[in-house]
Amino acid sequence: MIASKYLNAGVFIVIPFVAILAYFSDEPFLITLTTKAVIFAIAGIGLNIALGYGGLISLGHAVFFGLGGYAMGILASHAQSNVPIYDGLFLIEGTKSMIIIWLVAMLVSGLFALLIGLLSLRTSGVYFIMVTLAFGEMFYYFSISWPAYGGEDGLLIYVRNNFSGLNTLDPIQFFSITFSLLAITLLFTYFLKNSFFGLVLNAIRQTPDRVETVGINLFKSRLIAFVISGMITGLAGALFADLNRFVSPTMFSWQTSGEIMVFIILGGVGRLFGPVVGACLFILLEYLLDGVSEFWHIYLGLILLFVVLIAKNGVIGSLSRRETSND
Amino acid sequence: MSILFIEQLLNGLQLGVMLFLMAAGLTLVFGVMGLINLAHGSLYMIGAFAAAFTAELTGSFLLAILASIVAAAVVGMIMEVLIIRRLYNKDHLSQVLATFALILIFSEGTRMIFGSFPLYLSLPDYLSGSVILPGGIQYAFYRLVLIGVGLVVALGLYLLINRTRLGLQIQAGESDREMIAALGVNISTLYTIVFALGAALAGFSGALVGVLQSVQVGMGEPVLILAFVVIVIGGIGSIKGAFIGAILVGMTDTMGSFLIPDMFVYVFGAGAKFAGTIIASMLIYILMAIILLFKPSGLYGGKS
Repeated sequence: MIASKYLNAGVFIVIPFVAILAYFSDEPFLITLTTKAVIFAIAGIGLNIALGYGGLISLGHAVFFGLGGYAMGILASHAQSNVPIYDGLFLIEGTKSMIIIWLVAMLVSGLFALLIGLLSLRTSGVYFIMVTLAFGEMFYYFSISWPAYGGEDGLLIYVRNNFSGLNTLDPIQFFSITFSLLAITLLFTYFLKNSFFGLVLNAIRQTPDRVETVGINLFKSRLIAFVISGMITGLAGALFADLNRFVSPTMFSWQTSGEIMVFIILGGVGRLFGPVVGACLFILLEYLLDGVSEFWHIYLGLILLFVVLIAKNGVIGSLSRRETSND
Repeated sequence: MSILFIEQLLNGLQLGVMLFLMAAGLTLVFGVMGLINLAHGSLYMIGAFAAAFTAELTGSFLLAILASIVAAAVVGMIMEVLIIRRLYNKDHLSQVLATFALILIFSEGTRMIFGSFPLYLSLPDYLSGSVILPGGIQYAFYRLVLIGVGLVVALGLYLLINRTRLGLQIQAGESDREMIAALGVNISTLYTIVFALGAALAGFSGALVGVLQSVQVGMGEPVLILAFVVIVIGGIGSIKGAFIGAILVGMTDTMGSFLIPDMFVYVFGAGAKFAGTIIASMLIYILMAIILLFKPSGLYGGKS
């Protein structure tokens, strides 16, 4: 048994170590793979705030992942073609600046999280699961039937966006950007979890009635958690689109929502590093099993079934003492 | 115009009754066992594949339909005994993840056996062609059969639940499962029967709709999500709600994509047709959102 903080530190060191090792042994593909794991981890951390801390089982987080992706795609494609997005009372132009794209992605995701949250948080339990899934499907069909940005075929961006002074097309430099963002997200989530709001959220998940008796508004607290959660997943979506230099409706699909949830369960629900470990494991499985059989999802399904039915606490929970109070 | 209108109404009704077959199983399983089953769409797919495979083997359409029901029920039963049974006492998150895992296994398994290319189920002569309805409307005979079959199944389900001993047990299971276990009903057999019944309905509708579309991996999930919308609208656990919700969703989807683009052209001019098409594709979700605003637990849902 290992204390989970050592496990967390270990994971945090291993990720850049793998990337640096790949850099020196000239394996750019491996760096890209690590970057993908980092981005998935950020998406998972976002969902974990709603799901792990808030107890809100959202099966529609692909909405925010996709919105982040399309925020990047739309802004970058307008900058690419030099056509303004809106030219009327005022002018909105596209941009290739990563920082602006991230901000827009988070803003848009947050706005839609607010809207979806206002509607879906009126329900609870299974209704909430089904409603979030249904809204996800709505965005999926919308992105398919809207031809302006590629429709079903998606949108190709030729050059990765700019980040001051760095060559973002160099895999190791882009990795550094995403890994820094992962660190910031983890730090933010750590403080959020231990803040007053984090404690409220934790309490709401366990005994909502008592929290309400104390005079805390459940709906408002859940809504705030849902919006923060959506914004972080939206940021990951923008990064993912930048990694592939491509966005498509697949980012909105229900499978994407399911996969983000899988990152969390593989690592451990409600644990700070759960999504990080889960995302790395997911990428590792994809990489290893894809070599064994082209039907690797069948093995993923079996592993997932095993984790849910037997190893309920995920990898971190199975390896470390049960010290987090997130049952 | 009016002929086309009635034709679209019938199409909406046909979509509605087929959605009901899917939603009925989901809502029963949730009502009785408290389980959210994402893999219900896989049973729909299994039914369609079993039908397509049997039709190719025997050439008989009726045998194909029979095979779809049997295959889905048997797979459902095995699934319940091996895995689903362990999920009843677990939280919703575990249920979602385990049934998501089952989707992955069923989809990839089907792809391993049948490959990635779609299969086709063709209609026998006695079901193809079209009929003239009163008022001179020409309508595809098979779609009319679907409406009839759907309504008959709905009636049968109503009688099963309200007029038979099994139905009585199902209703009792919905309200108090400890009590009916204490009264000597074998609860785990009841659960297996209910799950297999839901599975059979899903497989049946998969085969029936498989004739209109192609039979392929991944065909079940879009229907599953529509069935979720139906249940959210109708209220979880209510068969009546599932029926009303299904007809409402079927009608809204069909009539929306038929009327709204033209309506937009009429109101906003020719350039708006495209906006109308987009709105039409989102209409059922908008309907769901509106119902959530006023009735968060659905039209016929008691408890949330």
